[in-house]
Amino acid sequence: MKLKTSDVISHAVLLGGAAIMLMPFVWMFFTAIKAPSEIFEASIWPWPRTWYGFAHFQEVLKSAPMGLFMWNGLVVCSGILIVQVLVAIPAAYALAKLPFKGSESLFMAILVALSVPIQVTALPLYMGLSLAGWLNSYFAQMAPFFLSMFAIFLLRQHFKTFPDEIIHAARIDGMTEWEIMWRLVVPSARPALAAFAVFSVVAHWNDLYWPMVVITTTELAPPPLGMLLFANAESGANYGALMAGATLITMPMVIAFLFARKQFIQGITMSGFR
Amino acid sequence: MKSNRNDAEFRLAWVGMGLATPASFLLTVLYVLPLLCLLLLSLTDYELGATTLSWLGTENFQRAWSDPVFIRSLKNTLVYMAIVIPGGVLLSLLVALLVHQRARSRSFYEVIYFLPVTSTMIAMATVWQFLLHPKLGFINAALKAAGLGQTAFITDPTWVIPSLALIGLWQMIGFNMIIYLAGLSQIPQEIYEAAEVDGVHAGWERFIRITWPMLTPTTLFVVVTTCISAFKVFDTVLALTQGKSQSEVVLYAIYLEGFQYFKMGYAAALTLIFLALIFAASSIQLFKMDKKAHYA
Amino acid sequence: MGTSLSLDRISKSFAGNKVINNVSLQIKSGEFVSLLGPSGCGKSTLLRIIAGLQNADQGDVALNETSILGLRPNERNISMVFQNYALYPHMSVHDNIATPLMMSSFSFWARQPLIRNFWPGNRSTNFLIEEKVLSVAKSLQIETLLDRKPGQLSGGQRQRVALARAMVRSPAVFLMDEPLSNLDAKLRIQVRDELSQLHKSIGATFLYVTHDQTEALTLSDRVAVMDAGQVLQFDTPQNLYQKPANLTVAKFIGSPQINCWEMKADSLGRLNQGEWLVQGNLQLSVNSKVTLGLRPEQIQVSHNSSEFSQAVDLRIRARVTRLENHGPEWIFWAEPTTGKPVPLTVRASTKSMPKISLGDTLWLGWLLQDCLVFDHQGQLLNINLIPGSPA
Repeated sequence: MKLKTSDVISHAVLLGGAAIMLMPFVWMFFTAIKAPSEIFEASIWPWPRTWYGFAHFQEVLKSAPMGLFMWNGLVVCSGILIVQVLVAIPAAYALAKLPFKGSESLFMAILVALSVPIQVTALPLYMGLSLAGWLNSYFAQMAPFFLSMFAIFLLRQHFKTFPDEIIHAARIDGMTEWEIMWRLVVPSARPALAAFAVFSVVAHWNDLYWPMVVITTTELAPPPLGMLLFANAESGANYGALMAGATLITMPMVIAFLFARKQFIQGITMSGFR
Repeated sequence: MKSNRNDAEFRLAWVGMGLATPASFLLTVLYVLPLLCLLLLSLTDYELGATTLSWLGTENFQRAWSDPVFIRSLKNTLVYMAIVIPGGVLLSLLVALLVHQRARSRSFYEVIYFLPVTSTMIAMATVWQFLLHPKLGFINAALKAAGLGQTAFITDPTWVIPSLALIGLWQMIGFNMIIYLAGLSQIPQEIYEAAEVDGVHAGWERFIRITWPMLTPTTLFVVVTTCISAFKVFDTVLALTQGKSQSEVVLYAIYLEGFQYFKMGYAAALTLIFLALIFAASSIQLFKMDKKAHYA
Repeated sequence: MGTSLSLDRISKSFAGNKVINNVSLQIKSGEFVSLLGPSGCGKSTLLRIIAGLQNADQGDVALNETSILGLRPNERNISMVFQNYALYPHMSVHDNIATPLMMSSFSFWARQPLIRNFWPGNRSTNFLIEEKVLSVAKSLQIETLLDRKPGQLSGGQRQRVALARAMVRSPAVFLMDEPLSNLDAKLRIQVRDELSQLHKSIGATFLYVTHDQTEALTLSDRVAVMDAGQVLQFDTPQNLYQKPANLTVAKFIGSPQINCWEMKADSLGRLNQGEWLVQGNLQLSVNSKVTLGLRPEQIQVSHNSSEFSQAVDLRIRARVTRLENHGPEWIFWAEPTTGKPVPLTVRASTKSMPKISLGDTLWLGWLLQDCLVFDHQGQLLNINLIPGSPA
């Protein structure tokens, strides 16, 4: 395999970039296992000179309920995903296959809502939840996201390509629309649903703004909020513990990514090719 | 026969409406009503917990334009975008071009460049805080060793926005790279072959004559999404500066007004300005999507 | 004028698979040669090696006796028309056609996007390019489409633009990779005709890749039949049909496919199948296996045994098991009533046999000299068959 100069330059540039991409992770992990005295020495190289062990991690686990944060993240993301899918599938099917008066306008409205981020609707939603006394709950964390315009758009595109003849034949056979939808059309969209699931979970696992607005107790905090609370609680100088906390918070998504790389990338790309 | 068909269509239309009801309901409750609410609020001086409110008309909006904090946050956000958008588009394009050619190491690079995208920003922002620390961070240590002195990246007003922008770039490049990779794979190999036969060889000429023009729709998408996500910068500001050193950005200013100072009326007005700007950027993409949706 | 093209022992492997196996071809100047073969036989790869888009592992490609192996595609004095046309979608038809000229007429800096407008000396070259593009476009009747983009054109129009782009540099060799396969049937025939005219008027050497034997046989001076990376036979269409070098070629050429029987020579070197008893003018080895080939069009049909319109050596009775009426002719399958019931494919004109029905028993007859004999390895044996005498 001959090595061309262009290949060498290519790799050099890519590896340089890769080093920059990885640098924070490397530093995060190694600082978490460095002795505080070494951290204060501000060296150029990340690796510790002496073995300090995982004391920082123990500190973190003692002062912050990391497991609870993860659990909250899991509950909230699953809840959001389930409702998103349950709402989107019928809507997408109706928009794709069952035209009714106003379906065009509904679809337009959905497209427009797609560009309205949570940060815009946060204020009135917060006020509404506050009035109802539902703040600081799992429900409050999940509610604004129950409607996923992206899911509806994606599934509608998909369902549109499902052959009408099969649906007609099923209707003649006596199947109800409900059955047709769940038994025939939805299974054909499995890869799209899988990719969407990834997209949704990643987006909401890492979301900070809304949880910060509605959650006030540590017990209900999802991972990003947990990290924030933990960082605020630390007097700011204990970088060892902070890095250990950051490592723990980041680990789940990173590991999930390494295992389900293809689905992750597909999910993200799908958001690209709407 | 005719009446049967009408019945069937009629029935199906009702079923459709029924199936779309949950979505319509949520759309109303989660979007339509809140937006109306914002509109109303922005015209008042409502503060959370207040028992009275008075009508202000457009006073909130006028106040926004002379509010130094808000104006500064707009300026900061624009500076941030001015760094992140060209950087995010061009750097990710460069990386995508280089990675696209690699056959064996492609997945290796995909994983590494995408890793920052999956990480929790607030956690990584804390890591960056450490890295950029004047005394403890290795970047300043390296600068000192190179004789370039030390820079207070996060506390110095001249450096704070660029530093935040670099962190934003760091997280975004992998995402855009994947989009560009998908766009590149849609260019048929035959076109490159025809180009070779015509004398357009791989390298600068092929890039400028064929690859770049054929990537135009992809580039448009990347620019718009980078634009929108840059405009929504928040997590890094919250983690690193809390708005200090004159580093407020639009969302952070809105957050302060609404959820720290509880000036709901004013915050609503700011939010509507924010929304208008986001709409301007999204409408380009919206227009394209609408076209695709109708011809799909 | 065209140039001669020669391929000398070209081989190429992909991931351990030998895709092209020791292929040598001598193509004469101005010839129209087709590479004919099923998908995957290596013909497209061979074309790309000649174009310089891929490298052969071994072997040489020469134009007019000079090796072009180290040259880049645009330096080889060749043009290529691709299966999907490969037009630059973002450029107008005019710019598509002008690209090869632009790349070869200007130096690197003179042709860069903005600089081009100001570079000294460019204007006269630009003028020459314009002339050439317009004249090629006119010759293909697409001069009205010059401002459009490929996306706005029909399939046939795109094909002409691809052709124009290939013609504009007046290359010595035209390479074509299944250029007609994306056109509908009617258009295909029309364009085929135009290609033939084009070849005659330009006189360049044409190398045409296809899997469609009708195209290959009607357009070409000679055809190279390829399978599994090798050239099975390189000959005129006539010879391929009448004297196929081996069984694979015989089966590939001719539609419907040639009828084949496997037979074993008996102890006297004769072939014995039911009512036939034949032997060759050359002795067949005792007990050797051979395959006999007879094309459907060489079989004559009659309702009774003596009324064949032309002389026959052998006649058998057979029952019609499948029947297709194609208008001017029948194509039917008939099983012999004696011996092995291996069905024969037969063509008969509806004029000579106005009525045939399923289940009819007909007389089929043929001349022994029309039969092709292949040995156990499928190679053609140069044998004349004569009716045998019973032992």
